Amino acid sequence: MLASSPRLRATLLRVAQSIPVVIGVVIISFLLTRALPGDPAVYFAGVAADTASIEETRVAMGLDKPLVQQFFIYVGNLLQGDLGQSLSSGRSVAADLAKRLPASLELTLSALILAIVIAVPLGVLAATRPGTWVDHLCRVVVTAGVSLPTFFTGILLIYIFYYLLGIAPSPLGRLDFIYLDPDHVTGFYLIDAALMGDWETWRGAAKQLILPASTLALFTLAPIARMTRAAMLTALSSDFIRTARAAGLTNRTVLYRYAFRNALLPVVTTLGMVFSFALGANVLVEKVFAWPGIGSYAVEALVVSDYAAVQGFVLAMALLFVALNLVIDLLYTAIDPRIGFSSK
Amino acid sequence: MSKMLSVKDLAVSFQTRRGEVDAVRGISFEVAKGEILGIVGESGSGKSVTSYALMRILDAGGVIKAGEATYSGIDLRRAAERDMRDIRGREISMIFQNPRAALNPIRKVGHQIEDVLRHHARATRYDARAKAIAALEAVKINDAEARYNAYPFELSGGMCQRIVCAIALACDPRLLIADEPTTGLDITTQKAVMDLVRDLIRERSMSSILITHDLGLAAQYCDRIIVMKDGVIVEQGDPVQIFSDPQHPYSRKLVDATPRAGETVRSLLPPDERGEELTPAVSDQPILEVRDLIKTYAGKSGPVHAVKGISFTINQGQCVGLVGESGCGKSTTSEILVRLMDATSGQIIFDGDDITRVPARSFAKDSRRADIQMVFQDATDSLNPRHTARQTISEPLRRLARMRGAKLAKRIEELAVLVGLPLPLLDRFPHQLSGGQKARVGIARAIALDPKFLILDEPTAALDVSIQAVVLNLLVDLRAKLGLSYLFVSHDLHVVRLLCDHVIVMKDGEIVEQGAAEQVMSNPQSDYTKALLAAAPKPPQRRNIS
Repeated sequence: MLASSPRLRATLLRVAQSIPVVIGVVIISFLLTRALPGDPAVYFAGVAADTASIEETRVAMGLDKPLVQQFFIYVGNLLQGDLGQSLSSGRSVAADLAKRLPASLELTLSALILAIVIAVPLGVLAATRPGTWVDHLCRVVVTAGVSLPTFFTGILLIYIFYYLLGIAPSPLGRLDFIYLDPDHVTGFYLIDAALMGDWETWRGAAKQLILPASTLALFTLAPIARMTRAAMLTALSSDFIRTARAAGLTNRTVLYRYAFRNALLPVVTTLGMVFSFALGANVLVEKVFAWPGIGSYAVEALVVSDYAAVQGFVLAMALLFVALNLVIDLLYTAIDPRIGFSSK
Repeated sequence: MSKMLSVKDLAVSFQTRRGEVDAVRGISFEVAKGEILGIVGESGSGKSVTSYALMRILDAGGVIKAGEATYSGIDLRRAAERDMRDIRGREISMIFQNPRAALNPIRKVGHQIEDVLRHHARATRYDARAKAIAALEAVKINDAEARYNAYPFELSGGMCQRIVCAIALACDPRLLIADEPTTGLDITTQKAVMDLVRDLIRERSMSSILITHDLGLAAQYCDRIIVMKDGVIVEQGDPVQIFSDPQHPYSRKLVDATPRAGETVRSLLPPDERGEELTPAVSDQPILEVRDLIKTYAGKSGPVHAVKGISFTINQGQCVGLVGESGCGKSTTSEILVRLMDATSGQIIFDGDDITRVPARSFAKDSRRADIQMVFQDATDSLNPRHTARQTISEPLRRLARMRGAKLAKRIEELAVLVGLPLPLLDRFPHQLSGGQKARVGIARAIALDPKFLILDEPTAALDVSIQAVVLNLLVDLRAKLGLSYLFVSHDLHVVRLLCDHVIVMKDGEIVEQGAAEQVMSNPQSDYTKALLAAAPKPPQRRNIS
């Protein structure tokens, strides 16, 4: 292939560019957590502690050492995969995150898939039939999605489907207590249950997931639908669409092979942004649905100055964002041949 | 000759927010087998809309209101959409202006040709590639095999237009509609593309409709010409006859405004608007001297030598034309001269001082900033869309001359009168002004500070010919009245010949020829100048110069 070598180089270069970002993230997450108000030693020594026992706790936690030394100890541990002990849960932060991160990811990803499945066709239809009922529907959905805060839609959905209609299970966590947790493979209950062939548990997990995922989907749907509509309108009014039509190609070909693929570029960018938003917006949804995710974990850790947990959370999120941006950029390279060779 | 296409009383209108707009108002014409018909008109004349209506690819809101269009027995107005899809591309094809935008930017050009071949069942999955390559070879693309895998952004404008032709001609249509096929292309590329299209049409004994704003181009390539204005046909006939004896006042105006050899800038205007020609005072004193100007960019694959050591002199009151095709370094040169960019090396002696000593970044604060001004290429893009004409013209006066209040208002009105902009228009925004009016605003802004030297970067490239005629005359008058010196950057040799005393021809960053305009034009020395002159459309000479 003619194109492969510069393209491959551009890809590798892009991957390499994320390394300094990761290093920066490690430094910043360390400094930020040290800058948090409150003294963890005071907190963890307990209410009845005197000055001597606080000092003892401080030494035990290693907080008496100079900041630079603390940093190198932290990095050394990090390289061995040790994120430290969570002082509130008593378990290692790595274990906590491994348990809670998949919960958040499962929620966010299902919400995002739901949003894409609805928003992209809606946007495309609205763009091809401007001024019709589909277009108006699109506008209503976008406005509603943007203006309704997630905690409100969450509570509204619980009120309707759990309290009034009684068709949704109680909004308490990922699985009703009558089911056993599936074996931990990926941490995604839907996938783990499917792997075990335990379809009853799968249904149970899916039921629990539907309401929080819909809540989050409603929030993420708006920007995706809006961007799809705008990008499709731009693509459809381009000169090359006229060329394709003048050459007698069918509407289907013109719409999907010519317009939609070009419209995908801004949509993919929006998807990346929306995914990051959704990870952030998670906290509220997790609280409303008692979802044992990473967001609620971080908030609880922050309240009690559990610095190792907060540090672990910030690091995990940052790495996730870096990975996400990398994926988006690589997707971009796959869709758009112009990237990788800047003009001449 | 038998008719291939016959149009009768065709009317097209568009639904807009401000009500119905009639774009085409009852036109009738015919295209015979093997004939090349030219449709000439300025923007808004309805010439493109006519062709979209024939193909039934009008933009949203456009409908054929009345009339008939028959293509070898098929009623194009009433044919089912399914039948139209078979006709498009296989019977009637189109090529468009701006070829790069006319191709799908993220699909290989070979695949775009295959889409059309496969759709019209001219190829199967197995032989599509071979047939697409054959279609590329038919439009004389070198190394068609390699180009098959190219994306439009990897190809030059002329090459893209060849690909658009390959798509249009892949299924052997009988009628080709070319909508401004060479607008925006270099003059030698224009000739290559037009010659190719004409040869292919003749070879395959097709018919064609050439839609263009350039009467000279139409006269050179068409058997018959239709002149359109405001949605109606004002005149039709043989090109030589239209040029030598136009019947309708509008065609006469168009013919007059088309620059060509043996004319003066005044004769571009209709006879009653010509007025007295002012003679500019040209002295022997140089106002600007360029010595060994070099500009090298750091490119991705090594340094790019945009300007390779050029030297020339512009005398006070002189108008010097800088001619060349895209990539020759003329834009880089003008940007360096107007001090928006620093040269790599070389001197620019302006009024006795070397102005390259002041870096471009801080030249805005230099006292000589007001003396060197520029009129930009695209009158629309170079005006802030949120500023009224008055604000645009006041900008340099407020920033550099610190003018305020009544003095400022008076100066703006003075300038408006000078460039012929009606005073009530001063408070309009660019989108409320016509192309010619926007050009006047741009010129007023450039001369606001009484500059000594003006760089005109293709100031009329985006204008209709009749407007171009007016703007060129305005520039000539201003030069004489204000004692300005011009560097006139252009690709249109006819215009340069009309306006300039001295011509510089550039190619690949070097000056290949310079000398007195008349001498360079009538007796070119370098091969490149000869090629440029040969490529320029040659409208028929007028028999009776009035």
